[in-house]
Formats: sequence, C-alpha cells, structure tokens
Amino acid sequence: MSILINKNTKIITQGITGKTGQFHTEKCQEYANGKNCFVAGVNPKKAGESIFDIPIFGSVKEAAKQTGATVSVIYVPPPGAAAAIWEAVEADLDLVICITEGIPVRDMLEVRNKMKKREAAGGKKTLLLGPNCPGVITPDEVKIGIMPGHIHKKGRIGVVSRSGTLTYEAVGQLTEIGLGQSTAVGIGGDPINGLKHIDIMRMFNDDPDTDAVIMIGEIGGPDEADAAVWCKANMKKPIVGFIAGVTAPAGKRMGHAGALISGGADTANAKLAIMEECGFTVTRDPSEMGKLLKALIK
Amino acid sequence: MKIHEYQGKELLRKFGVVVPRGVFCNSVDDAVKAAESLGGKVWVVKAQIHAGGRGKGGGVKVAKSLDEVRQYAGQILGMQLVTHQTGPVGQKVRRLLIEEGADIKKEYYVAALTDRATQKVAMMASSEGGMNIEEVAHNTPEKILKVFIDPAIGLTDAQASELANGIGVPAASVGKAVEALKGLYKCYMETDASLAEINPLILEGNGNIKALDAKFNFDGNALYRQQEIVAFRDLDEEDPDELEASKFDLTYIALDGNIGCLVNGAGLAMATMDTIKLFGAEPANFLDVGGGATTEKVTEAFKIMLKNPKVKGILVNIFGGIMRCDTIANGVVAAARETHLSVPLVVRMKGTNDDLGKQILKDSGLPIITADSMAEAATKIVAAVK
Repeated sequence: MSILINKNTKIITQGITGKTGQFHTEKCQEYANGKNCFVAGVNPKKAGESIFDIPIFGSVKEAAKQTGATVSVIYVPPPGAAAAIWEAVEADLDLVICITEGIPVRDMLEVRNKMKKREAAGGKKTLLLGPNCPGVITPDEVKIGIMPGHIHKKGRIGVVSRSGTLTYEAVGQLTEIGLGQSTAVGIGGDPINGLKHIDIMRMFNDDPDTDAVIMIGEIGGPDEADAAVWCKANMKKPIVGFIAGVTAPAGKRMGHAGALISGGADTANAKLAIMEECGFTVTRDPSEMGKLLKALIK
Repeated sequence: MKIHEYQGKELLRKFGVVVPRGVFCNSVDDAVKAAESLGGKVWVVKAQIHAGGRGKGGGVKVAKSLDEVRQYAGQILGMQLVTHQTGPVGQKVRRLLIEEGADIKKEYYVAALTDRATQKVAMMASSEGGMNIEEVAHNTPEKILKVFIDPAIGLTDAQASELANGIGVPAASVGKAVEALKGLYKCYMETDASLAEINPLILEGNGNIKALDAKFNFDGNALYRQQEIVAFRDLDEEDPDELEASKFDLTYIALDGNIGCLVNGAGLAMATMDTIKLFGAEPANFLDVGGGATTEKVTEAFKIMLKNPKVKGILVNIFGGIMRCDTIANGVVAAARETHLSVPLVVRMKGTNDDLGKQILKDSGLPIITADSMAEAATKIVAAVK
C-alpha cells in the first residue's frame, strides 16, 4: 500500500502540450509503471491528437469518461491554473495535483471556497495537492510531478514537506542509509493550498505500509502546529520533524509565497517547540533527518 | 510589492473611501505651494517611504502656518528616516505628502488580509486606532474584531455593521463606516492586495469617517494583471541588490552574516542558512537560484553575493534533480573564474551526476572545497573563514 497514488492510478495531464508539461510527462512515463498510468492529456485545441502515445481530449470530463482516470496533474501556466483545478473538480476526480508556481492568491481563494461549498452541498470531495509543489511519488510504482525519480527507493517511510528540494534532501538521506519510502508528498509553498501536513499525517497513520514519517515544514502559517497537535492525540508512528527558517528575518518573503513570518507563532523556533512538545523527534540539523529516523525505528 | 501612502489613498478614493485632500510633492517649494492651494490653517507634512512607524521616527509633522510647512518639509525631505520597520540605517525620504488637517474625535484601526487557516479574506477592526496593532493583538486581543468573507458574496452590510458597531462607531456614523469598510474590501480584492490597512480610520467632529493613512501590500503573483499597481512601483524604495537579482530570476535577500550561500529551492536555501548558524557562523544572504540554474545565472548570483563587503566565504548547496550536478559544477567554475573569486568556496552537490560534478570542480584547478553533507559543508566553510 501507499497513500494517494499507486501503480494502478490512472492520470490525466492538464497542460500536457506546454514545454513544462511535455518535459515532465516524458520523465513520469519513464518511471516505473508510468507508461500505463498516464492515460490522457487535455487541450481543447488539440483534441483527437496524441503526444508520447497519450491521447489528448478536449476537456477533463471527456478524458475521465473515456479513460477511467481519477487523478489529474496540472502544468497549466498561472493565469489559467485555478480554472484548470476547477475543471478537474467539476469532473469529479479523486485527486488533483497542481504543480504550477505563481498562481495569484485571489484565484486560489476563490477556487478553494468553491470547492468547499461544492463539497458541503453534497458534491464529490476532490482532494487538491499544491499548488506550487513538486507532486507525489510512490517509489517503484508511479511518480506524478517534477521530482527526480531515481533518488527514491521503495520502502516504509513517509515523507511530507512544503519544499521541493528539501523533500529530495530527506528522501536522498533515507535512500542512502537503506530506508525506502512508502510515499513522498510535496504539499507546496503557497499560502492558500489544498492538502496540508495534518491531512497527509492522517493518511500515513492509516497506511499499514508506512512505519514512520519525516515531516518537514518552514516558517509562515499555522499548518505544522495544527498537524503537531493532531499527531500528539492520534499518531501511532514515530515522526522526525524539521522546520526551515530559524535564521529567516520577520516580514520578508523567503522565496515561497507562504514562507513569511507574520507573527510570533509562525517562526521556525515556535513550530519546533510545539512539535517537540507533541512528541516529535525534532532536529535543527537537516543533515540528520535520515539518521534520526533510523534510530527511531530500530 | 509595496506602494506609498499617497498612492494607497488614491486607490481608496477610487473605491469610495473618504480620504483627506492632499498633494504629493518632492521639493520644499512645492510643499508650500501645495499647502497654499489646499487652504485652511493646519496641514500635515508626511514623509513618503515604504515603512510604517513614520510618526515616531519624526517623519510626520503638523504645521500651523506656511512657515512651519516650509520648515518641516525642509527637515523631512532628504532625512534618513529610521523606524521599527526600516532597520538601523533607515530610509532616505525623497517624497512628501501635504494634507489638510483633520478634526480627529476618535481613531480606529481597520484592515483586510488573507487568512490562511480559514482560506478566506479577514476584515479586522479595532477601537484602538493609531496604535501599534501588533501590541494591541498581543496585549488585548479581545479588542481586535474579525469577520471572514466568502469571496463569492463579498463583505455584507451585516458584517460591516457588526465591525463598525463592535468598535464603538457612534450610531449616526455607522452607515459611513460601513461604506468605508466595503470600499476597503472591494479595493483589496480588485487590486489583488495581500494587505490593506488603514490606521487610523478616524471619526471627525462632523461625524464623517476618513482614512488618515493607507498601507498596502500586493500579491507578486498577480502583478501581471495589475498594470495600475505596477505603475505605482517606486524602485528607490527597494533594495538595489534584490532588484538586480530579480532581473536574473534569482531570489536574493541580504542578511547580516559573513557566509554567502547559493542554493536551489527556497526550503533548502533556508535549511542551508540554518545549518551555517548551527555550526557557528551567520549567513550573509538567502539566495535561491531556482530550477534552471545556467552558468549565466550562477555567475550573476556570485556577483551579487560578492558585492556585499561582509562576505568572507561562500557555500554552494545544490540538490541536483532535474538539474544535473555537472551542469551546476561548470557554472560554479565559470563563475569563480569570472569573478576572480578570492574568498573560500565550499560546494556541496547531491543527486543526479554528483560524481561528475565533483570531478569537474577538482579538474578546474581552483581551490574549491567539496563536501558530501550540509553539515560537513557548513563545518568546512565556518573553519575556512575563521
């Protein structure tokens, strides 16, 4: 098992014909069962054509109907990305993974509120991962997103992080010491997003094939603290925690739109403290994440 | 992106929020002329810089004669204004706003911002206007009222009245306060702001409600569709190095330490800074080279870091994923040569083709120190600068 995706997942790529979409679709196809998983692309102007042997449809709804796909990945440029998310939600997909970086916050606010209302009115619950995220990978089964596949190894450790390269860092450390990953999830660096740390921790807790988790966060926002409090009461598996940005100055946006200290509670030190209180094994040395986790599961 | 108060007031006026009459100027003579044209007996001379706390720093003065307008304008224009938001060096005042005086009966605080927890826009209001709102939030949080707004509906009359009544606006002026709040919300949404703050919003003797200040911050991701806001950009107020970096699609932020660092990815960049600190030194900057780090980008990144005279050593930390380590190594070698690098350089590369990358660094003949982990890299650069 794994969380969110596995070798049987059928995926639609929105923005498949753009430069980024093409580049990463090819890499995802090459990884593990990718050839069988990536079953459709969407571009209203190129319906009926195909790319890398993947048929292109005019809409997400049509693509889902024709192929039975339940997941989509979005590489659509920022001005149209929120509309692409909404199209996937209206097609009743299970999961939408939005890689796009630079979507206006107002667009994300609007689409998130529409998603919540649709769900509250009895509509299907579509999960959103991202935006501005590397995606998700279940090693040796399927990779959806822009992460380098070859650094991963199949195994029983979950990884969740807001940052791309910092996720790779954790995964690289685990692989190097022989610990594989069940699923590695990048939830993205934007202030208004879909799945949060708490949601992913719940899934790892319920996944019989995940034994322990590395949870990585950064400055800004309440998400890591919310997850920590939930874990204290519910999590049955050991967790290593790291928060980036101890040295980040307040009031400055550190690369990610969401990485901005705006009060006392969203500094790295405050988050590390609450995670420690909630039973995480926290570290201030990101080189140690893998080693610490190994010590916990022995 | 930030703008000046006078620009913020222009926006507010457009959305129906009443602001004092005022004239923007950048010379002492123009300031006096502005006061004459405004008429009246009292004027406010206000420094225009992109930072709050201007009053306490001596950047806002009330003038009771045209001579005083001349005197204060002369004092403020050109001064290095230091506030709690500018840092110890302060910000040079290049622009002034001359405004008519206001008959202040009561000061309130109102603001709109995007709330991450509820994923809605929060409209906040407080009876404690004119004060430092962070202090109010800390000491008397019950004095800050909040409503959360569904973007499909907007700020309703009921929500706006709840805020106006809650902060004690007199019944006769509640209608005017509601208009101001609704204007502020509309302005926030339509300009893609990430913060819109009026502190103070005042009640005048005649019952009018007026915005005496305006502070805005805008979502950088939305500037492509906000030409009017982009036109407000004042490059004099921005850090020249950060600006230069942004031209090459690099995210750079200067810090106080002496170890420059160059990293791919924002999270890893922060983690690298933290590791430098953990091993006994301080980072000189945050620098994210992003996904496609070409030789040109790496060279520009080196130039920007080395402009900072405090930099005594450089740490490069790259996790090669899609971007290959050999490409980066070539970029680092070229950059070190082009900038005639004279400070110690430690390079840590992991991921795709890292062996090839290390070989390129070794073969370059340059005194580049390599490391396998972030901790090792930090230890080595800290030792090298001591």
